[in-house]
Formats: sequence, C-alpha cells, structure tokens
Amino acid sequence: MSSVLLEAHAVGKRFGGVRALHEVSLTIGQGEIYGLIGPNGAGKTTLFNVLTGLYGADSGRFSFCGEPLNISAPHLVARAGIARTFQNIRLFANMTALENVMVGRHVRTHADVIGAVLRGAGTRAEEQAIERRAVELLHYVGIADRANHLARQLPYGDQRRLEIARALATDPKLLALDEPDAGMNATETAALRALIAGLRADGLTVLLIEHDVKLVMGLCDRVAVLDYGEKIAEDVPEKVQRDPKVIEAYLGA
Amino acid sequence: MDVFLQQVVNGLTLGSLYAVVALGYTMVYGIIQLINFAHGEVVMFGAMISLSVISAAAGSNLPPLAIILAGVLVAIPACMALGYFLERIAYRPLRRAPRLAPLITAIGMSIVLQQVAMMLWSRNILAFPQILPMVVYELAGASISALQIAIIGICFAMMAGLALLIYRTRLGAAMRATAENPEIARLMGVDVDRVIAATFVIGAGLAAVAGLMVGLYYGLAHYMMGATLGMKAFSAAVLGGIGNIPGAMVGGLLLGLVEALGAGYIGDLTDLCQYGTLSAMLETRCADGGNVVLFGSNYQDVFAFVVLILVLVFRPSGLLGERVADRA
Amino acid sequence: MSSRFSYRKYIGVTLVALALLALPFALSAAGTAWVRIANLAILFVFLSLGLNIVVGFAGLLDLGYVAFYGVGAYVYALLASPHFGLHLPFWVILPIGASVAAIFGVLLGTPTLKLRGDYLAIVTLGFGEIVRIFLNNLSQPINITNGPQGIAQIDPIRVGGISFGQTDLFFGLSVSGPMKHYYLLLLLLLLVIVVNLRLQNSRIGRAWEAIREDEVAARAIGIDTTRVKLLAFAMGATFGGVAGGMFSSIQGFISPESFVLTESVMILAMVVLGGMGNIWGVIVGALLLSFVPELLRYTVVPLQLALFDKMLVEPEVIRMLLFGMALVLMMRFRPAGLWPLGARQREFSIDKAAK
Repeated sequence: MSSVLLEAHAVGKRFGGVRALHEVSLTIGQGEIYGLIGPNGAGKTTLFNVLTGLYGADSGRFSFCGEPLNISAPHLVARAGIARTFQNIRLFANMTALENVMVGRHVRTHADVIGAVLRGAGTRAEEQAIERRAVELLHYVGIADRANHLARQLPYGDQRRLEIARALATDPKLLALDEPDAGMNATETAALRALIAGLRADGLTVLLIEHDVKLVMGLCDRVAVLDYGEKIAEDVPEKVQRDPKVIEAYLGA
Repeated sequence: MDVFLQQVVNGLTLGSLYAVVALGYTMVYGIIQLINFAHGEVVMFGAMISLSVISAAAGSNLPPLAIILAGVLVAIPACMALGYFLERIAYRPLRRAPRLAPLITAIGMSIVLQQVAMMLWSRNILAFPQILPMVVYELAGASISALQIAIIGICFAMMAGLALLIYRTRLGAAMRATAENPEIARLMGVDVDRVIAATFVIGAGLAAVAGLMVGLYYGLAHYMMGATLGMKAFSAAVLGGIGNIPGAMVGGLLLGLVEALGAGYIGDLTDLCQYGTLSAMLETRCADGGNVVLFGSNYQDVFAFVVLILVLVFRPSGLLGERVADRA
Repeated sequence: MSSRFSYRKYIGVTLVALALLALPFALSAAGTAWVRIANLAILFVFLSLGLNIVVGFAGLLDLGYVAFYGVGAYVYALLASPHFGLHLPFWVILPIGASVAAIFGVLLGTPTLKLRGDYLAIVTLGFGEIVRIFLNNLSQPINITNGPQGIAQIDPIRVGGISFGQTDLFFGLSVSGPMKHYYLLLLLLLLVIVVNLRLQNSRIGRAWEAIREDEVAARAIGIDTTRVKLLAFAMGATFGGVAGGMFSSIQGFISPESFVLTESVMILAMVVLGGMGNIWGVIVGALLLSFVPELLRYTVVPLQLALFDKMLVEPEVIRMLLFGMALVLMMRFRPAGLWPLGARQREFSIDKAAK
C-alpha cells in the first residue's frame, strides 16, 4: 500500500440508545479506490456522515494527509480536501448545471461581499477562472452540453454526474461517493464505473459506499465490510467476497 | 396589599387564557408543522362576534349569564367555520408546497382578517359591555374577582376536555397518528384531510371562547387585538414545546406568570437609586425619595418576545418537548 | 453583463433614463403629493431589494426587517435634529446609520441563524417588536427616542449650498424639495441595483442561492453557512439602514408608528409579488404595491362618494387588503412571483412531482 491519505481510528457513534458505529477503524491509501460495503443499516452512511462532518462523532481520531482532521463541521472537512456526494442526490435544484459546479469552487476562491460589489480586476479574473474550471469539469464528466439546464431538469444519470462534478470543483484529494449507482440501469452503471476508474487514473483517491458486493468487484482495490456498526472484514474484494462472516452478514440480513 | 400574590392571581388568569390560545397553535403545528399565524385573528373574531351578540342582547331582560352564553354560542360555531375556511381555502392547497409558503399565506390571511374585522366593527377600540356584576373576593392580601375565577376555571375545564378528546377518543387517536406520521396514518385508514380540518375547527372553537373571555376581562375589543395576543400565545406554545399539548398549557401559565410578575417587579428591580450612588447626576435625581427607573412596566410586552427568543435559541424543543427531528 | 449591449438596448436604456429624469416634472404637474408618493415608492423599492437579499437570495424569512429600517431612521434623526442638538451632514450620518443597522443585523443573526426557517421567521418578528417597544419607551429615565411622540424637525439634506428643504431655480427650472429628493433617491437606487446585481452574480451570491436550495449540500461542499447567512443578514440590514436614514431626512419627522410589523409584512408582500430572488421582479412588485393603492385612493374615494354618497371602504383598508391578498394569492397561484425569470425559477416553484 502506498502512503496513507486518510486514517480513521476507533470511530464510535450512538443515536440515543442505538449503537450505530463501534470502534470502526480504516485506513485509505493515496490513489486507492476503497470500498465500504455492508447490508442495509450496517452504518455505512453514518460513517460517511461522521467522516464528512455532518454528524459529530462520539469518539474516534481522524487524520488526513498526515495531519489531524477536524471533523466538527462539514465545511472544514471540505476545505481539508474531502468532497462527497449523497445517496439521494442533493443538487441545487433551481440553479443551472454550470452554477452548481461554480458553487463548488466556493471553498477554493476568495471574493467577499466588498470584492463582489467593487468587482475589481482581481474579482473579475477569479470569476472567469471559476467559470472556466466549472466548464472543464462539466466536460470531464460528460455533460457540458447541458451546462445551462436547471439541475432539476437533468436526467437522473446526468444528475449523478453533475453531483460528482460539483464535488470535484472543491479540488478534493479524496472523493467520497455514497452509492453512486443507486437507481441506475446497467448501461449507466458501466459508464459510471468508467468515470470512477478515470478519476483514479487522474490521481484521485476514491471512497465508495456500496450496498452490493458485486458492484465493487473489479473496481475497488480494497473493501471494508460493516455489519451492525462494526467492521467485520477488510481485504481485497476477491477475499472479502469469500469471507464466511461477510456471507453470513448478507444472508442473515 | 400583597403584590406578589396579586400578580400571581393576575398571571394565572392571563396565563390560562394564553394556554387556551396556545393550544390552537400547538395542535396545528403538531399535525402539519404550520405556524398558523392567523390564529390570533380567530380569537379576535371570537371577541368581536360575542361583543356584537352581547351588545344586541344587553337591552333585553335576560339574565347576564344567559346573554353571555348566547354570545359564546354564536361565537363558537362562527369561529369554527372561520377555522375550517382558513384550512380549506388557504392552507390545504399548499400542503405539499415548500415550508415557507403556507407561513407566508398565513401572514397574508391574518392581514386580510384584520381588515375585514375593521370594516365590520370599525377601527375604534370598542367597549365590551360590562353586564356582569363586579364581585371581588379578598384572598390573603390579594383580590380576585369572580370573573377571574371563572376564566381560570373555564380554561382549565377546556384544557381537561381537550386532553380527554385527544387521549380518549377515536378522533384524538387519529390526530395523534397523523401528527406522528401522516403517510402511515393514511395507510391505517385515517382520513388525514378530515383530521387536519378537525384540528383547525377545534382550535378555533377554543379561540372563540378565549376571545370572549379576553373581551370580558379587559372590557375592550379591537380589530388588532389578535396580533399581540396571538404572538404571546405562540410564544407560550414554543416555551412549552411546540406540538406538545401539555406543553402549551404549562407554557401558557408560565408565560402569564412571567409577564405579570415581571411587570410587577421590573420597575423596582431596575430602579437605579436602590443600588447606591452610581453618579452625581443619579444622586440628585434620587434625592427626596425620587427614583430612576430603567425599565418600567410598560416593557411588559417585551417579556413574551424575550422568552420566545431565548427558548428558541437555547432550547428549541421547549420545556416539555422531546427533540422533534426536522421533518421538513 | 454590460459588454454585450446591443444598439437597440442602448436606445431603450436611454429612453427609460430620460423618462425617469423627466418624471418628477410630469408628476408635479399633477400635484407635489405625487412626487412625494414617487419618493416613498423608491424607498420601498430600496427596502424590498434589501429584504430580497435575505429572503430571495438566501431563503431566510425575515419578518422583523423593519427594525433595521427603524434603526437607520432613528440614527439619522438623533444625529441631525434639535433633539440632541446635533446637526451632522447627511453623508456622514448615512454610513453611520447603515453600519449601526448592520451591527443590529449581526447581533440578531448570530444566535438565531441556526434555527429552522419558520422558527427564524418568528424570532425575527419578535426582534422587530422588541425594537419597536424600545423605541416607544426609551424616553425614560434618559430621553433617547422621545417615546411615542417621535422626533421632529429633522434636518433636511444639504449638499454643497443646496438645501433639500426648499425650492430652487436651476437653469430656469423650478425644482422643489421633493423633486431634489427624487433625484437623490434615483441615484442611490441605481447604486443599490448595481450592488444587488453584482452580489447576485458573485461567489457570495451563488453561496446564498446554494443555501436556499439545499443547506446540507451547501455545507458539504465547503460553504460556511453560518458566516454566509450572516453576510446576507448584514447586507439586508445595511440597505434597511440607508433607507431609514433617507426616510428620516425626507419626512423630517419619525415616530415608532412607522416601524411596525405591518410595515415588514408590506415589504415582504412586495418581494413576494415580484418574485423572490428576482431583482427586476422585486422592483416592479414594490412599485406596483406602492402606486396602485395611491391610485385607488384617488379613484375609489370619489367613486364611492358619487355612487353611495358616503365612503363604505376606506382606501387604507383597500391598501392593506391588497397586501394581504397579494401574499395569499401569490403563494397559491404564482409562488415564483409575477415575473419569474424564465429558466431560473426559484425554490418556491419546485414542482410537486419532484418532491
């Protein structure tokens, strides 16, 4: 395994009396595609939400790029270089595709209210750079021809792509995708796999949440399996697939 | 005279009125998460309608209680109809709209109702006919009027009745089910639309009685009276935990007490003279038993809003409310 | 934005500009009252654009907006009237009033912006009421606001040697005080529109829109929502403060009665009518709801007197009914406003099927 990008140690999270995560640790290496699978309700999305600052963790240590990671607020996580998508797509529905991606540049740009009002050379240059980068990203995910469509008017598959483009706009080192193929047909899923593989080829690290073991096969370098909030396996997909504990977790559920 | 006890009596009277109005807010919020901004105007209509009936009958030879009964018997169905109309015309079409849309509609309806009341009853402050004899009892240094006793008694009776309705009847069960989860309630065979309409109608009925009592208590009615009263009752509902029936009752009583005691004591508490000589200017103004009061009882109306803001900022679920997840 | 001016558009803009410049002369032919009405209408456009930043752009329902208007107005009145014997020039006070209003905006926003939409609406309403109650009562023990009597004899604006309180001759044209106010307001309005357009098409403006559309997603891509919302509140409050200062100087007299909840609701109705978030729509909405009631005042009253020999419905009632009905009917039938921006329909137009 190459150098470590993200390390989460002994993460715990409770909701009232329910133990959603217990002593979960994982390490994601630079340039990997790391899969996180488990039956419904195993705690995958909870772990995801904890990692990206949406829920506070009850316990656990986090480091990113060798430095401690502050997960107390989502915007700090995004600033540190972790971007995410949502299982049930969350776009800015009444903004255009282009604007959605432009908002994604927020965390890497600086113009404030005064800059916006005065609109000096610096602000104008930044605006142009934001738009240029956004168009590039729309090309990258393959929906540039829909740049001026409202997000809510895009077909489902394109909405997924747009959400990925918006996440990429934050210049992440780690891209976290929550069941990106949910609700997709076989053709769309294949195209999505190609997109994710391409992201890795371009040097990005990917954390992928999946419900179904089969989907991570051939795509992920390593896979961790969650069940009832605990990590029960972590290995290359081929081995995980044959792990009796994993099989039992899926059959039992 | 015992100031403390007197203010407690006044606070309880005021508080039980707030509680009854707060129930209307909290029931509607509990069931469809709408701040029914126009509820205060329903109270105002209750006051105005009963005022008209009572004024008309005041010349007759009927006993005063019968006249008041006639007033309330007209006001209740009229306000219930108004509540039904509000739900049906203004809110139901927006059931699936974004959260702020029905709130904006409610604000609009409240303005419309105020103006309609103004056209019907003029823009003047109207004197509520004082047909009840003024009977005052002495109670350990405080005085309590028969009217105050009646108000407190009737409010508590109505709250008890409502509690019975909600926890002991089929309609109540349907209301609770709908508040919990409208989709599932629908699947279980609850006619959700009817239940929501019933909630508005019941709240409006309570508001009608409250309106009459407010009118009798203050001896006045005005087309704008619903605005402040409504805001205070809403604050009471939030204080108790919005959506929570017992919470509205507790919140109403507490707010009434806070207001009455606050108004009774804020002048003394903020009288700078009692804190020694802070400056030369103060000294001259405090001489000869004068006082320099920072905030007098004319700040009474501030208490409700301050309570509202503090509760929302520090404990949005209110005193009795459990954490209600964002269902938006 | 400006680089693609076509020839035809250029002529259009010139014509509109000339019309706006000539308007007060035409209006004063109908009576100076109409120039005053136009001035108040511009003030309402001003306020609506300020509220639009908070409600339209950032999606935060603020029902206490009038408090910032009141703060701006009182700052002006206290610093330029015999009440304290201070007579600062208006170009000094206006920024002070705007800043004080902005500070109030931040004070209100800091603890409350975490609240959910409808709770925020009620808290802002409570805040507005508190400010009004204080304005009414801060005449004791030290007389700051002069209580319900309000503050009178507020200095008229002076620029150079020109006082806005009197009529002067310029190039043979007689220009009255209200007409001078009109041109000053027009100038300020132009500035406000430019500021609004620039804000909307900026990094911050997009962040506002993103928060309005989906706050969770906005946070997830790195927007510090608390800070950005606070900016919206402060910007809106600043506009309110400036408008308040202008109001003070134009009226010459203010009292707490001008800063009641109803006023907040009226401004909200203007924003809603024009279409939340749509700058041009909001302008038209504010103008409509300012002028139509006045037109009614001048037609409905004589009409009623002619038909019934007495007045059945006062124009003030019609005015308020108009505001109330505007809110109700717009939410019901055109939630995106009368003039939604074609492709850019807003949150309030989310089709029901998509939910």
